[in-house]
Amino acid sequence: MLNPDIKLNPKIFSEKIKRISPRDGFGEGLVLAGEMDERIVALCADVTESLRMHLFRDRFPERFVELGIAEQNMAGIASGLAASGKIPVMGTYAIFSPGRNWEQIRTTICYNQQKVILVGSHAGLNVGPDGASHQALEDIALMRVLPNMAVVCPADALEARKAILSAIEYSNSVYIRLPREKSPVFTTEETSWEIGKSQVLWLPKSEKKQFSGITIFVCGYLVYKALEVAKELEQEGISITVINNSAIKPLDKETILKWAKKSKAIITLEEHQIAGGMGSAIAEFLSENHPLPIKFMGIRNEFGQSGQAEELLTKYNLDKKTIKQTVKEMIKD
Amino acid sequence: MKLVLKQMEDLATTIRQEIIEMLLKAKSGHCAGPLGAVELYVALYFSGILNYDSKNPNWEERDRVVISNGHYAPLIYTVLAHAGYFSLEELKTLRKLGSRLQGHPHRLSLPGIETSSGPVGEGLSQAIGMALAAKMNKKKLQVYCLMGDGEQDCGNTWEAVMTAGKYQLDNLTAIIDRNNIQIDGFTENVMPLEPLKEKYESFGWKVLEIDGHNIPEIIKALNASKSVFVKPVLIIAHTIPGKGVDFMQWEYQWHGKAPNSKQAEEALRQLRSMKGQIESELD
Repeated sequence: MLNPDIKLNPKIFSEKIKRISPRDGFGEGLVLAGEMDERIVALCADVTESLRMHLFRDRFPERFVELGIAEQNMAGIASGLAASGKIPVMGTYAIFSPGRNWEQIRTTICYNQQKVILVGSHAGLNVGPDGASHQALEDIALMRVLPNMAVVCPADALEARKAILSAIEYSNSVYIRLPREKSPVFTTEETSWEIGKSQVLWLPKSEKKQFSGITIFVCGYLVYKALEVAKELEQEGISITVINNSAIKPLDKETILKWAKKSKAIITLEEHQIAGGMGSAIAEFLSENHPLPIKFMGIRNEFGQSGQAEELLTKYNLDKKTIKQTVKEMIKD
Repeated sequence: MKLVLKQMEDLATTIRQEIIEMLLKAKSGHCAGPLGAVELYVALYFSGILNYDSKNPNWEERDRVVISNGHYAPLIYTVLAHAGYFSLEELKTLRKLGSRLQGHPHRLSLPGIETSSGPVGEGLSQAIGMALAAKMNKKKLQVYCLMGDGEQDCGNTWEAVMTAGKYQLDNLTAIIDRNNIQIDGFTENVMPLEPLKEKYESFGWKVLEIDGHNIPEIIKALNASKSVFVKPVLIIAHTIPGKGVDFMQWEYQWHGKAPNSKQAEEALRQLRSMKGQIESELD
């Protein structure tokens, strides 16, 4: 059942639920942040409207820096702005940042310990028809190995808005991973969201009697899908837990450990390479603290291709049917 | 700290000796570049042009010095020690475990270091960030970025060059130590840079070319760079890599190598005689 404490959208499973791209949430959040704090400056690399950063640019033109297709330079400039007391927010597609400028992020931002907020949009297969060249499936791995860098992956537009506002307040640099595709806004203003905190969105009906012992840890665009699966399974008499693990680094160790201890196996689900992704982060933690069987659902060492978002998720075994089947297999094992 | 010309020339020779001594102790590090760029740093830090307070390194109004070629660490550290950021004694700890004098500068370790560096081609971007912030904050400070010529190969450098032109950053002075060498050989063989001046000019910069060992010329160019409007300024300083030690001069093999004790002894002998010349001129 839906966790009543999380205060999710009551229309969560209605067909009428609003579908908004998390980028819109980010864009709105950035303007709000800009209104609250004049130290905020935004930098973009020729994809301003796509990142919804034009909202900030039009509101605060003197605090917006357009750098063209030059992501390495953008990272260095962001570092220099941070060194001078600004709070830079740099955004572009994840494939280019951190894809193209990783060493600049490492040296000028992380090693320098300058606080910069990096927004990598168009992450995951949901990018769709643009194809593999534009579908970042490696960015979590690239970013979570860096000291002085937090990594979050919001699950809907409201979370994306909360993510940028939280990142402004956070003590360190933050990487915010966003999808391209519109997705149902299933959280509400009241749903709490914090860097370093996971939320248990779906609870087994009664932990002891009916819990199948399977917990899904999921982030980003796939969170809603996991909730749909949980609902369908419940109708079939199978009770699971779904945890929105948007906090990839730092992990919410307390929540992860608590639910690992209650589970006989877990599934990690993400639009990212299995190597180095959110699932890897959880596995690194649990293998030292509470080893248990883990099924990693993600991309298995290959590139994506062109297609509609949903077609691609099916093709790469990240669709509802496969998730459901995986849960059932895990219960049997 | 403000010195007169003869004092600066004398200090340059002292710094060259200290660089050799440091590298001998460290047993690794870079020789040729640091020895060649001594006058550039001495003129910047000790002629009175640069606004800084070594007792208050985070003073907000200070000019910013971004060192893009972090392998010049032995020179940078020696200059900062003479400027009063830390003791000359600490120079002996270069590259040792637990030292504040890391192999390449680390901002958080040492006062007076604005940015951690090492991988080249990134300093100009950071300097641009600082120059943009100064403009947004209406601060009158000047941002200096010291670069090598090898890093003119980097795509990142040219992304930054373009940006400084776009934003007309007249509070930015970049200096290239044009010593013509990099790890694999002479710059024009590794990846031709010329015509470097015209390249920068075509990107919207004002370019000055000088003899990088001539302190009055350096000071003149640094002063001139502050009075240029609507354009960033590049000073191309022609220098001799390994300057002051005959067997290191123009030898690109000395880019990333430290002297052994015999070589150091000979280098120090040559530098002492150089100092003797200056001192006799002073008398």
